[in-house]
Amino acid sequence: MSHSAKDHKGRPVVVVTGIGIITSVGEGKEENWKNLTTGVSGIRKISRFPTEGLRTQIAGTIDWKGDSRYCAPIHSIGLAKKSAAEAIEQSGIGSPGSFPGPLFVANSPAETNWDQRMVVYGSGTAGGSTGYERLLKNVRDGDFSRYFSLFQFASIAEHLADEFGTKGQPISLTTACASGATSVQLGVEAIRRGDTDAALCVGTDGGICEEMVVRFNLLSALSTQNDDPQGASKPFSKTRDGFVMAEGSATLVLESYESAKARGAKILGVVRGAGERADTFHRTRSTPDGSAIIDTINRSMADAGMTPAEIDCINAHGTSTPENDKMEYLALSVALGDELENTPISSNKSMIGHTLSAAGTIEAAISLLTIQNGVIPPTINCNEQDPNILMDVVPNEKRVKTVNSVMSNSFGFGGQNVCLIFSAEPS
Amino acid sequence: MSIEKTEVWVTGIGLVSSLGEGPDTHWEQMTSAGAPVPSVDMEDQAPYPVHPIVEIDVGAQIPKRSDQRQMGPWQHLGVYAAGLALDDAGIAGSPELLAATNMIVAAGGGERDLDVDTTIMEKINGIDNPGPILNESLNTELRPTLFLAQLSNLMAGNISIVHGVTDSSRTFMGEESAGMSAVETAVAQIQHGQGEVFLVGGAYIAERADMSMLMEFGHTLWQGEHGSVWAREDTESGMIMGSAGAFLILESREHAEARGVRPYARINKVLSDRSDRQPGSARKVADAMFGQISDQVPAGPLPVLSGCCGVQPQLTEEHDFLKGLSEHGIDPAIRGVTSIFGNTLEAQLPLSVVLASLAISRGAFFTPFDESGAEKEFCGQPDSVLISTWGHWRGESLALVEKPDAPLRGGE
Repeated sequence: MSHSAKDHKGRPVVVVTGIGIITSVGEGKEENWKNLTTGVSGIRKISRFPTEGLRTQIAGTIDWKGDSRYCAPIHSIGLAKKSAAEAIEQSGIGSPGSFPGPLFVANSPAETNWDQRMVVYGSGTAGGSTGYERLLKNVRDGDFSRYFSLFQFASIAEHLADEFGTKGQPISLTTACASGATSVQLGVEAIRRGDTDAALCVGTDGGICEEMVVRFNLLSALSTQNDDPQGASKPFSKTRDGFVMAEGSATLVLESYESAKARGAKILGVVRGAGERADTFHRTRSTPDGSAIIDTINRSMADAGMTPAEIDCINAHGTSTPENDKMEYLALSVALGDELENTPISSNKSMIGHTLSAAGTIEAAISLLTIQNGVIPPTINCNEQDPNILMDVVPNEKRVKTVNSVMSNSFGFGGQNVCLIFSAEPS
Repeated sequence: MSIEKTEVWVTGIGLVSSLGEGPDTHWEQMTSAGAPVPSVDMEDQAPYPVHPIVEIDVGAQIPKRSDQRQMGPWQHLGVYAAGLALDDAGIAGSPELLAATNMIVAAGGGERDLDVDTTIMEKINGIDNPGPILNESLNTELRPTLFLAQLSNLMAGNISIVHGVTDSSRTFMGEESAGMSAVETAVAQIQHGQGEVFLVGGAYIAERADMSMLMEFGHTLWQGEHGSVWAREDTESGMIMGSAGAFLILESREHAEARGVRPYARINKVLSDRSDRQPGSARKVADAMFGQISDQVPAGPLPVLSGCCGVQPQLTEEHDFLKGLSEHGIDPAIRGVTSIFGNTLEAQLPLSVVLASLAISRGAFFTPFDESGAEKEFCGQPDSVLISTWGHWRGESLALVEKPDAPLRGGE
């Protein structure tokens, strides 16, 4: 075994050999990269359902041509199939329908939406009864086996496992807005344990419906700048007023360095390390001193065996909420210290919106493309940067720069914090 | 790799079910001379019987009312049972230990307000263009706390907030499979030095019509009188859902010994896999998994806990698999966990591991509960307990829980 097959802690080095991505700005790596580096926004007026009466009427939805009836799990499965197929094809691993490793899927819970609930409610002849009594009577009398396989909580991962022939029982996971990063962590851990030579890590979120918009509105988490959809997501700006929900999916094929080399695969990057620390302060807010996020960032660098000076740029969580962006800056200024001055920080969410469960995987994919291309995508809509956030946020224009390593942050409701570090293949 | 794997001990148990709260009451009822008497509610989800959760003193584990208000009964139950496990393992109250405790929660869907759903369904049923009215109704009826109570990962989030568990925090979703993967992953992480202490488990509340609907989409629920799961083999199939919160503290032997903690049991292995559930496919997967551990399973009388849920054709297939262990020189003493507790979904495997750990540490096995004669007496002290869990839709697992070479909990 060559020296570089093990990391600084003697663990198998984990590399990325396939990337797939679909977002509100495009389908596939090529289209996404072109639009992300030219500052294109994918945010628009929602057309999937009537928005009258909703405080927020914009989002980065992805609607297919010929979409008949929206169904959240079908949509999430569809998005994930696209990104996973692209990643697997690029890696050239396995054979069609047989991926030689486990599947880790970050997705929002597959919930029964109003559309389906009302289909059940209106079916049958359950006259007289109301509410769930009526739903249950209609379900007993009808054939809803398709709903059964769609709305089980394991359904999205199970359908993907069927499609791609991954090995073993797939894991469906949620850590709220850190979910995508968690899927990568689980893949890294499985390869480091020697349980597998490869893992398929997917983040997918196709869950934009009336109730989701209302729920996030209730928490005052969403931007309500409906008149200027493309300008609404403005991370680190003085006038930011919330995030913009979006849909999308990304997939990484992870492999041990040794196995990727042995089969002659092109190595797209190395997963150098991951860090995590749960917060105890509040369900939707970070500890005011930032200690949990700071710890998360420090742990990722310790796991990677890297110092702040070795981080060339940061792919921010950067949601565009007043709270997140302030706390992310505070945590980075403590964890990176003086090095923060020399470290560009960019928020992809300014263009694609916040893809919730998929965000961590999508931003991991973009971090790897940043390394490959030596170009940092901009944070758009940064016309008036928050004077209290003293970072180089790569405002409005892409930056050409040699990038050997990227830190990618993901923070979620429920005190979930994950930080991943990627680097170029060592020469 | 030939490196000796770290031994995984069960050092804490948090258990609440339809039978009661805590190991002692479960042990007494399940080892009494007569058959245990399950708690069954025929009314709440009629025509489906369910095993209702016992009343818990939420404030005993979630002291702040402001915290209690942020959760519904499902999150209360999980946070409560997790607190019992942390107390039991001597981790609660120690900031250092809590900061080094990792967490994997097996979670289902958060709770909906069924009255709100009913109000809205009545308002929009049958009308053209219901969108605007739906929007208006959602705006006025939903509450912020309701959303947080619906988020699957907020059970873990609340465990961090209320109990202070702050190392890694992951939530796995997906019915029985989530519970299998949660315990399997925690065991693998400890065995390979990716963490020394894990809080792992899940909770399920059966008295929820939205969950009954989800299960009945597949016509999987049993209607009629309660009976043992094996007795359903000769009649129409179906499962009875049950309520439970089951959490474990899993710990490396070294870590437990260093802080002077005794184990209930050792987990040798948790395996899981999937099949497409065509006839015979789940059995094939189960046979292959058994092949991986057969050299570690002792011949002769063997206590076996089955999570068999009662849905055909898996019911007969899993039963045949368990009876087929005799071909390996094993004389299985099978207990249908679901006959007593119902199918507790995400909590199912954690619950079985709790029960196996009690059997090991207290040196006896449970009284048969079955009118069909499928469950044999087991005499003596179990050294190993085999756990078989097949999901009602997907996922098969096998786990082997053993007596470690160390003084046990329960004998103090």
